[in-house]
Amino acid sequence: MAITREHELHRRRSSRNVGLAIALVGFIALVFGLTIAKVQGGASLQAFDHSYRPALDPDNVRFQQR
Amino acid sequence: MTDIRTDMSYAAEGDARFGDYVALLKPRVMSLVVFTALAGLLVAPGSLHPIEALAAIIFIALGAGASGALNMWWDADIDRVMKRTMKRPIPAGKVTPEEALGLGVGLSGLSVIMLWLATNALAGFLLAFTIFFYAVIYSMWLKRATPQNIVIGGAAGAFPPMIGWVAVTGSISVEACLMFLLIFMWTPPHFWALALFMKSDYHKARVPMLTVTHGRQVTRAHVLAYTLALVPVALMAGFTSIGGPVYLALALVLNAIFLQGAWAIWQRDEAQAEADGYATEKRVFRFSLAYLFLHFTAFLAEAMLAYLPVYAAFAARLPLLEVF
Repeated sequence: MAITREHELHRRRSSRNVGLAIALVGFIALVFGLTIAKVQGGASLQAFDHSYRPALDPDNVRFQQR
Repeated sequence: MTDIRTDMSYAAEGDARFGDYVALLKPRVMSLVVFTALAGLLVAPGSLHPIEALAAIIFIALGAGASGALNMWWDADIDRVMKRTMKRPIPAGKVTPEEALGLGVGLSGLSVIMLWLATNALAGFLLAFTIFFYAVIYSMWLKRATPQNIVIGGAAGAFPPMIGWVAVTGSISVEACLMFLLIFMWTPPHFWALALFMKSDYHKARVPMLTVTHGRQVTRAHVLAYTLALVPVALMAGFTSIGGPVYLALALVLNAIFLQGAWAIWQRDEAQAEADGYATEKRVFRFSLAYLFLHFTAFLAEAMLAYLPVYAAFAARLPLLEVF
């Protein structure tokens, strides 16, 4: 069998590479879209950052509202 | 240089085309999963961001595909023997069993975690249970142990609309259970109608199929019995929030036809069936495909029609079944 540039093995490898690339790009796009959707529809984005913040404590907020 | 082989018929890691890995995921089964999961998701009360809904459908389908890959890995020995399955990627030598196992396990984990993150934990858990059910309970245990394998295995195919529903609502309701039961009860008569006219070689693979273990007459009786059990489930769904007058009218017609077909199958014997080339069995099998598709289409139609105030007022006159 002659060794050519376009061997069957190259076509299989190319098929795998292109398929995997499309799958990965699709997955990244989906995770990005999900992130945007969650951020748009989500609750407060603030969180505790190393120190206690009374304004973010639901119990504390309820106590102050009484 | 002794490591160069010109023989391409063997499977080595990394030799497959991308399409061979896709074939491991059973794309035809995935398309049914996408349709029923989408129906469950669209008819559920509440809303989901379109991207979250898209992600939910993709990961439910991917989870179903992963269980298909695990099934092909486990059943490679059976697939090699049977004519219908010997061209699947593993018996055809295109993909190694280890690759199929890796793909199945990897996609299972990815789909479950991503569905959980995209929607909720219960939907993720149900998808994980579906994969476990199909790969372990059905493929590894029941398929080779009992002729009722198809009945219990049908549960795996019945979960997707329930997962779609749970993805939106976060809980299981009577509607989700009825959609599950509709597919669950439909699977045995659908499959056994096919088994009656398909000369399969399950016996060669030592898989106990009802037609072989208990005979064709018993199988005919089973088709009728399961159709009788299916009818009340299909009609009951008409009296829940996913049903309505259009669904109920369609379900009445479809179930009457299906029941008539199952009755006709039961009335026949092998001599009659062979004389007309299994015409009734083939007709019932083809009809069973339309039966399920039209039921779920009717659920979708009801969800759309609910936006029309006139129809909504008319539908409100139907008594509602509220269990939990």
